[in-house]
Amino acid sequence: MTTLTTTTTPKRTFKDRLLSLVQRDAKPYVHPYKAGILLGLVLFGAFFITGNGLGASGGINRILVVVEDAIYPAHIDRTAYLASMAGGETNPLDSWVVFVTIGLVIGGFTSGLINGRLNITTNRGPNVPVKVRWVMAFIGGAFMGYGARLARGCTSGQALSGGAVLSVGSWAFMFAVFGGAYALAYFVRKLWN
Amino acid sequence: MYPFPLALQDLLGHWPSYLVYLLVGFSFGYVLEIGGFADSRKLAAQFYFKDLTVLKVMFGAIVTAMVLIFLASGVGLLDYNLIYVNPTYLWPGIIGGLIMGVGFIVGGFCPGTSLVSAAVLKLDGIFFALGVFFGIFLFGETIGYFEEFWYSSYMGRFTLQDWLNLPIGIVVLIIILVALFMFWGGELLEKKFGNADLTKEPKWRYGAAAILVVGAIAVVIIGQPTTADRWTALEATEGARLANREVQIHPGELLEKLHDATLQVIMLDVRSEADYNLFHIRDARRVPLDALPGLIPALHEEPANTLFVVMSNDETAATEAWKILRAESVPSAYILEGGINNWLTVFADEAFRETAVKANTPDDSLAYSFPSALGARYEWAEPNPHDYTLAFTPKVELELKRGPSGGGCG
Repeated sequence: MTTLTTTTTPKRTFKDRLLSLVQRDAKPYVHPYKAGILLGLVLFGAFFITGNGLGASGGINRILVVVEDAIYPAHIDRTAYLASMAGGETNPLDSWVVFVTIGLVIGGFTSGLINGRLNITTNRGPNVPVKVRWVMAFIGGAFMGYGARLARGCTSGQALSGGAVLSVGSWAFMFAVFGGAYALAYFVRKLWN
Repeated sequence: MYPFPLALQDLLGHWPSYLVYLLVGFSFGYVLEIGGFADSRKLAAQFYFKDLTVLKVMFGAIVTAMVLIFLASGVGLLDYNLIYVNPTYLWPGIIGGLIMGVGFIVGGFCPGTSLVSAAVLKLDGIFFALGVFFGIFLFGETIGYFEEFWYSSYMGRFTLQDWLNLPIGIVVLIIILVALFMFWGGELLEKKFGNADLTKEPKWRYGAAAILVVGAIAVVIIGQPTTADRWTALEATEGARLANREVQIHPGELLEKLHDATLQVIMLDVRSEADYNLFHIRDARRVPLDALPGLIPALHEEPANTLFVVMSNDETAATEAWKILRAESVPSAYILEGGINNWLTVFADEAFRETAVKANTPDDSLAYSFPSALGARYEWAEPNPHDYTLAFTPKVELELKRGPSGGGCG
């Protein structure tokens, strides 16, 4: 004989549901090779349909230029590099890479939400105070931003996209990024270990 | 043949076409997040050999996309000419890459991953992203001091197959073998430095590796379409345009277009050097037929308002050149009707035409004799359009470029 037990769950309010979305347990990340194959399919899809690869720093650049153009348009018009994006009546947002960048943020957020990884926290090495981590992140970001524009693309726009279509410059760039990071890794090991 | 990449702007309109990019970006961000790229510790661990997720995901993505791209191009679905290949500026790329390497290990992200990290509310990701904004701002303010360097060592669309002088399939196969070797080595490093248990790694990864190698061998066997293959695929439509004389433009139309400020006209003169030195239209570039294929990548970099006009003494060689341009997807290409001989008939002064005309010339050779090789220093090398009223049927229609409109990560 089996006994059937029924449990009644208390009715959930809208607020509970909303909270449960954010507070759900974090799912593990997918296997790196699987992520690699999926990313490869996205990259191929982008090239196949649009002829362009992926990008991020270009989009950040153009969003920044919108702000600069609002504050000091005359300066934009006098700086050749900035004028090419927003000189005169040119709309800096009128570029595919801006939309890839916006989509990137929405996609990352959606995945975080669905997979329970949306939480305010600071990821850092075990022996690094939170504030040091913030400062280092900002400094690292500044180097990244500067280098990415100097190299005409970041890890996505140069290494991934250019690498897949066999650009010599992109492969040289990729080795430079990894070379630079590995060369310095030993000296900043306290930041991460 | 070669229906991809799609002409999105034509199909959907200017702004709506960006929705496709929004979708591409969404998938990109989603995949980066599920791969763990929002966690700076996971990214930094790459550089201490503890967790080589970055290497596996990046190279996994590159080789997957690469095999698919060249398979699609090999079977005639995708036009590699229309795909954006990052132009090579060697030294700015290398120096920029080294600076980025510093940023990577100090900050723990790259620009794209920091945005994903910020999107899932990681504070270090947000600070990094702010840093990226600041770095890009600094670049915009300082580029004026070293612009010359920024534009230096430019090599254009320069690919590994050009550099190594190997067929694309072989390059693809080599890269896949190197990547598989790196994955294998990476796993050994993870075992040594990160105490990873390799027995728990999924077995399907061997299958995936095998599929990649098979794919690369398929790329080698199928090969990439040659110019002749590409012309065969186009012959029905483009051959008809040629036969209906839709692409042979009257000298008067060429002159008019040369003086149209909204256009850039590139004239390619495919005659012998001797003929070119005797006479050519001002600003025409001499390109021997066999050198033309090497020029194709440069022609693709020209802006969308460019008109390409090929010319020979009559039309035979120019038609061959035109076929090469069309087969290699160069847009807005035309032939000078009747070639240089017809140009001279229309524009050279009567005295010259009467005295210099040769009797019985072979096909596609110069019909006038020139006493000296003055090149473009004749009046009729650049006639004044206001001096002529010529009747002709205009044929030029600019084609909107398919694919990227110049500027990868720009």
